[in-house]
Amino acid sequence: MRPFTYERARSPAEAATAVARQPDSKFIAGGTNLLDLMKLQIETPAHLIDVNGLGLDRIEATPEGGLRIGALVRNTSLAADERVRRDYGVLARALLAGASGQLRNKATTAGNLLQRTRCPYFYGTAQPCNKRQPGSGCAAIGGVTRQLGVIGTSEACIATHPSDMAVAMRALDAVVETIRADGTARRIPIAEFHRLPGETPHIETAMARDEFITAVTLPPPIGGRHVYRKVRDRASYAFALVSVAAVVQRDGTGRVALGGVAHKPWRVEAAEAELPRGAKQAMAAILDGAQPTHDNAFKVTLAERTLASVLAEARG
Amino acid sequence: MRVNGDVRAIQLDTRTTLLDALREHLQLTGSKKGCDHGQCGACTVMVNGQRIYSCLTLAVMHDGDAITTIEGLGQPGNLHPMQAAFVRHDGYQCGYCTPGQICASVAALEEIKAGVPSHVTADLMAMPQVTAEELRERMSGNICRCGAYSNIVDAITEVAGRQA
Repeated sequence: MRPFTYERARSPAEAATAVARQPDSKFIAGGTNLLDLMKLQIETPAHLIDVNGLGLDRIEATPEGGLRIGALVRNTSLAADERVRRDYGVLARALLAGASGQLRNKATTAGNLLQRTRCPYFYGTAQPCNKRQPGSGCAAIGGVTRQLGVIGTSEACIATHPSDMAVAMRALDAVVETIRADGTARRIPIAEFHRLPGETPHIETAMARDEFITAVTLPPPIGGRHVYRKVRDRASYAFALVSVAAVVQRDGTGRVALGGVAHKPWRVEAAEAELPRGAKQAMAAILDGAQPTHDNAFKVTLAERTLASVLAEARG
Repeated sequence: MRVNGDVRAIQLDTRTTLLDALREHLQLTGSKKGCDHGQCGACTVMVNGQRIYSCLTLAVMHDGDAITTIEGLGQPGNLHPMQAAFVRHDGYQCGYCTPGQICASVAALEEIKAGVPSHVTADLMAMPQVTAEELRERMSGNICRCGAYSNIVDAITEVAGRQA
């Protein structure tokens, strides 16, 4: 790890101000992803701002009937919350499908959204990577790509976003609340929060440099059957090859978001009209325009079959 | 920090992980460094009662926290029930992962008791039960290179039964 200085922020505004003041500074919350990357010198912040003491660890009902999840609510606490288990089952299921018990006890809601890709070429510091070193190229393209993206990819990057939680939040139309150093707050729909790689894959979210996540809000419950199905190489403690977050209503309509296939949770609202016609039609529309590699073309078939299984479960 | 009940004041480089603080500065070498990247579970300790990977957190982030390591659970002659059960059920071979396995399993049973569901819990609204399937899922963050898994599940099951 490179040397760094450390401070504890006392308020969200103070945290945003601190990160704006010091170049090469970063927030640290759970730290489970950041410290791993710092040990590998993929992340080399000169200054860390510890935001754990800010009291953003509550889950509150919103006046609209939804939930406001503090940025620092741990993944375990969020999955165990009775309201989440009852009304947002797809989110509880997605959280529980991710990582391990030890990691979920540390990992935070905001940190989960901001975690970096697990692309092996991002981790392999001897290889070029446009995320790690903008402009250096992408060693993944033409490399071993079994785990990597099949849609929304670019000439510069074919990495995927690794979160399970964010996939469920995309299906639930969550909104990310932030604050900046000058005190301005805004609400970013999760659909706009994560970016596609394009020519600047190192810019992964819509956040400004001095922007700090304070909470994630969920709209009022939408009912329906909630299913999160994650397909991976091990039964537990592995990242998704493909995952499907679905909320399916009695009449067969519903919402579907995919994990493991793109640089962001992948959802195509227009394609959801096809859901009552079955998985084949729906997934063809959701993954329309996919450009898989030789190694990961199986993900397209796997996504369709996983959706078929999810729809069968939801209707059963 | 309060480590195994004792207040320990230490000055550290900001880069020091909780694991290195315990092992290298407080001479509590029961917690093991396996992968040092949060993949193996050998470094598992409890912070304020919750299991975490001590290799993926900075010591400076735990000012004032209560840390429990394997040394705090039990000692030779005064074993924690989980330690004794691991011995009885042959829940290890080389023993390197064992402190992490034991800390993780003690905390995992507390999580079940608190109603925290898991990936394999069929009904999210029901109290989770101690089953082999639940224990395998909940202990998936601890790798045993020797493959003592089935005996580890037996040991944890016995302790859970006694607690019930």
